[in-house]
Formats: sequence, structure tokens, C-alpha cells
Amino acid sequence: MPINYYIFLSIALFCIGIAGVLTRRNAIIIFMCIELMLNAVNLLLVAFSKMHSAAAAALPDAATVGTDGQLFVFFIMVVAAAEVSVGLAIIVMMYRNIHSVDVNFLNRLKH
Amino acid sequence: MNALIISAILGVIMMFSGILLKQKSGVRGIAIGGLVLVLLSNVLEMNGTHFFNVNLHGMMEFDHFSLLFVSVIIGAMLFYFILSARDMEKVGGYYAEYFALLFFILCGIVLVTSFKSLLILFLGIEIISIPLYILTGSDKRNLKSNEASLKYLLTGSFSTGLMLMGIALIYGATGTFDVAKMKLGLSEQPELLAIAGMLLLLFSMSFKVSAAPFHFWTPDVYDGAPTVFTAFMATIVKAAVFIGFIRLFGDTFGGMAPKWQFWVAVLAAATLFIGNITAVFQQSVKRMLAYSSIAQAGFMLLALFAMNQDAREGILLYSVAYSLATIGIFAVLGRMNDYTFEGFNGLARRQPLVAAVLTICLLSLAGIPLTAGFLAKFYMLKAAMAAGTQFWLVIFAVLMAAVSVYYYFRVIQAMYFKEGEANVTVSAGFKTALVVLAALIIVLGVAPELILYWLYF
Repeated sequence: MPINYYIFLSIALFCIGIAGVLTRRNAIIIFMCIELMLNAVNLLLVAFSKMHSAAAAALPDAATVGTDGQLFVFFIMVVAAAEVSVGLAIIVMMYRNIHSVDVNFLNRLKH
Repeated sequence: MNALIISAILGVIMMFSGILLKQKSGVRGIAIGGLVLVLLSNVLEMNGTHFFNVNLHGMMEFDHFSLLFVSVIIGAMLFYFILSARDMEKVGGYYAEYFALLFFILCGIVLVTSFKSLLILFLGIEIISIPLYILTGSDKRNLKSNEASLKYLLTGSFSTGLMLMGIALIYGATGTFDVAKMKLGLSEQPELLAIAGMLLLLFSMSFKVSAAPFHFWTPDVYDGAPTVFTAFMATIVKAAVFIGFIRLFGDTFGGMAPKWQFWVAVLAAATLFIGNITAVFQQSVKRMLAYSSIAQAGFMLLALFAMNQDAREGILLYSVAYSLATIGIFAVLGRMNDYTFEGFNGLARRQPLVAAVLTICLLSLAGIPLTAGFLAKFYMLKAAMAAGTQFWLVIFAVLMAAVSVYYYFRVIQAMYFKEGEANVTVSAGFKTALVVLAALIIVLGVAPELILYWLYF
């Protein structure tokens, strides 16, 4: 399959994620949308990694070309997990105080 | 490398010291002693003593600039610990854990200032950000703190998503994460993927350093977070992320400079305008300092715009001058009862020494001659002039610096010329540290070569 299909798919997923972050009001759904953005990036990185290794098939070091893209994906997964654990803790902390996870409540600091 | 490994170990030690030590002064002692150790090991590394031999595979490079900058950051952090560590007791019951998180942030700072691969940049930014989300929300019962940390988390991870997309697109265009191998901007035809990636990275880094129009989270987060941690976020973290920003655009996108230089100039002008004009209308000193940090970020963006030798000297001096002055102001602010301008009324009568030091810090932020802030601003303007393309930006920056004098002088006016009941309780050690801080600001304002000399040594 041409690389363009992968690029369009992951850009579409990424844009769905951005639209969700900007329009949704529930903190947990916003969080899911951010995860969607990160996973779109993962998909794109794996596709690019495959593309670069296919392009370098004729070169002598073809076996290692493109592996760094896939390694990056693992780092993104680890960091996303850390971010989710902290994020959910913060959301739970807020729920304990105001019994809601609606971000419209977040207006005490405006003035 | 020394600083990175030792501060990571210290972070773990601090976590255990919370279980083993019952006295808070002991925990504080370990933290300050550990930080001195990190500083010494980093200075030794500048002189060529490496404690650890790690094969980094070209992912990081500890050159003179990054080592010097890390030393400066650790020095500022030492001042922060000495002045404000006692205030952390008031935030919550997890005293040792706060220090552990601060040491982990220091690891992230070392990564961001010395990255040679976009992977390390991403990891560094995240290692800085995730502990900061926790520290922002550390005042668990306070709704403002909750709200600030959730806001920071959502905007921060959103901008991380943008940054990752940018990195992925650049990887698609070049086939590597290694800054040295990218060679962007050398070919004639426009590389669509690389330009889109660069724009996304520009947006996400502007988020992190709170440049307008991506600054909207800053005042809320800085206002809601406990004051001690606001001081850390607004000074040390911001300066470090700026160095990462400048390294990224100088090294990675240096070849594409004509494509982004104008937009960085626009970004700098917008940041200066929004930061300074909004700061004028604030009633709370803490919130005013949040907007002032946006305004100062606008000045630091001039270094990114110019990207020459003057800019490298300037950004170093600027981060020292800005960090020291703001740490001093926040240390006093953290001990005040009332954060409004009226809260400072008549402080000079009861605490003449504290008021004098605050005045020096505020003068330095405003850029009055004989303080470090003046020379820092001077170097920035000189660098922007030397870049030679956007002359209007220099004039605009000078005008905005004049506006900033208004809101800094409001605090000085309140302290010296108004009647009031303002008071702070300060110990002798706190006063000594404040005097050293003020002396350093003035010495650097007279002889900046004391720091800049090390850049070429």
C-alpha cells in the first residue's frame, strides 16, 4: 500500500483527537482524545519506519534502517502511560472536591 | 552526565528519606547538600572530570554551553531551595516527595539542555512536565490548585501530542531523529512534511514557554499552583525549556531559518504586547508576575529570532537575571498574607532590608541600568539588531520594556510611599540569602563577563 494512505489515516485520527479536545467538556473524554492523538502518531511512526527501511533495502545497513522509529513508539507508550496515571489521579482528586469531572467548572481562576 | 545521574539517584534517596527521617529539617538538609553535590559534579565535568563513562550513541552532547547552562540552573535552584524550601512545609504533608519530584525535574532539565536526538528532547520535556502537574496540584484540598493542575495537565499533554506529531512528520521527511544527520533545508524544493513538522514543533514549544497566542494557560496555572512551586515553574523550568527551544531551532531547523524567522518575530512581538499590556491591569502581585513571565518570555524569544553569538550570550545572561530576580520576589511573596498590591503597603517601614532587596529584584526585571536585567535586555536587543532584518521588532521591544516599568514600580510605590500594615516574618538566614541574591544581581549588572567568560573558557 502507498504510504499516503497511512499518512491520511493518521492525520484524520489526529484531527479527530484535536477536535475532541477542543469541543468536549468531560475531562475523561478529553483525556481519551489526547490518547487518540498520541496513537495516531504511533501509527504514523511505524508506517514511516517501514517506508524508510523499504527505501534502504539496497543499502548495506538495511537491517537497522528505520528501527529507531519503532523504538520511539515504545517510548511514547511508556510516557503516555505515566501521563495517564498522573492525569487520572488529578481527575479523581478533582472529583472528590466538586463531585464532577466537567471542565466547565474550571472557572474559579478567571478573576 | 554527572549531574544527570547524580540528580536521578538523589531523587530516589529523597523518596526514601521521607520514610526514614522524621524531622523536616533533616530532609531539607539532605536536599540542599545533595544539590551542592550535583553542582560540584557538574563544575568538575566542565573541567573534564567524568565520573561515568556512558556510550550515548550521539543522542546527547554535553558541550560547554549546555554544561554551563546546567551549572547556572543548579545555582539558581540552590538559591530557590535556601530561600523557599521552608515554605514547602505549608503546602502539604509530603515534604520529602516534593524534593524528589524537583530532583527528577532537574534530570529532565539536563536532558532538554543537551539533547542531540528528538527522542531525548521529547523525554526531557515529559520528565519536566509530569512532576510539574503533580506539584501544581499538591495542595489537594484547595480547589484552585486542583483546577490549575487539571488545566495544566490537559493543555500540557495536548501540546505534547502536537510535538509528537511534529517529530513524526520530521522523521518521515528525513528518516532520522538525530539532529546532526537531518540536514533540513539544504535541498531546493520545499519539503512539505518537514515544514509541517517544524510548525507543529514551533507551536508546541511556544505552549511550553507560554509564548502568545499559546499563553492562555499560564496565568491560571501560575495563580492556582502553590506559590513555592509557581516560583520554580516560572523561573528554572521556563529558562531550561527555552534553552531546549533555542537548541532545537538553532541546530535542527537552522538551515530553514528564512522560513521561520519572520514568524518567530511576530510571535515575540505578540508575546511582548499581550504579556505587558495585560500585566498592567492585574490586582494580584502573583498574577502580575505570571503575566510578567509571559512578557519576559517575549524578550527571550528575541534570542530565538536572532540566533547568533550575541543571542547565545544574551539568553544565558537573561535566564540568570530573570531567574534570580523572580526567585527573590516569589520567596518574599510566599510569606505575605495578602497577594494584592495593597498587601505590600508600608512594607519598607517594617522590613527595610527585605523591601530594598525586592526593589533591586524588581528594578532588574524592569531592566534599569546597573542591574543584571538591564544588560540581559541590552544583549537581546543587540542580537536582534545584528540579525538585521526586522528592525521594527527592536523598537517595539524597547517600547514594551518601558510599559513594564509601570507595573513593577507599582509594587515599589506600595512598599515605600503608602501607609499600611504589611509585614513578613523572616529569619536571619533568609535575610542573608536575600542579600547575597541582590548582590549577585548587581555584580552581574556591572560585570556580566563573570558568567559569559565561562562560555569561551
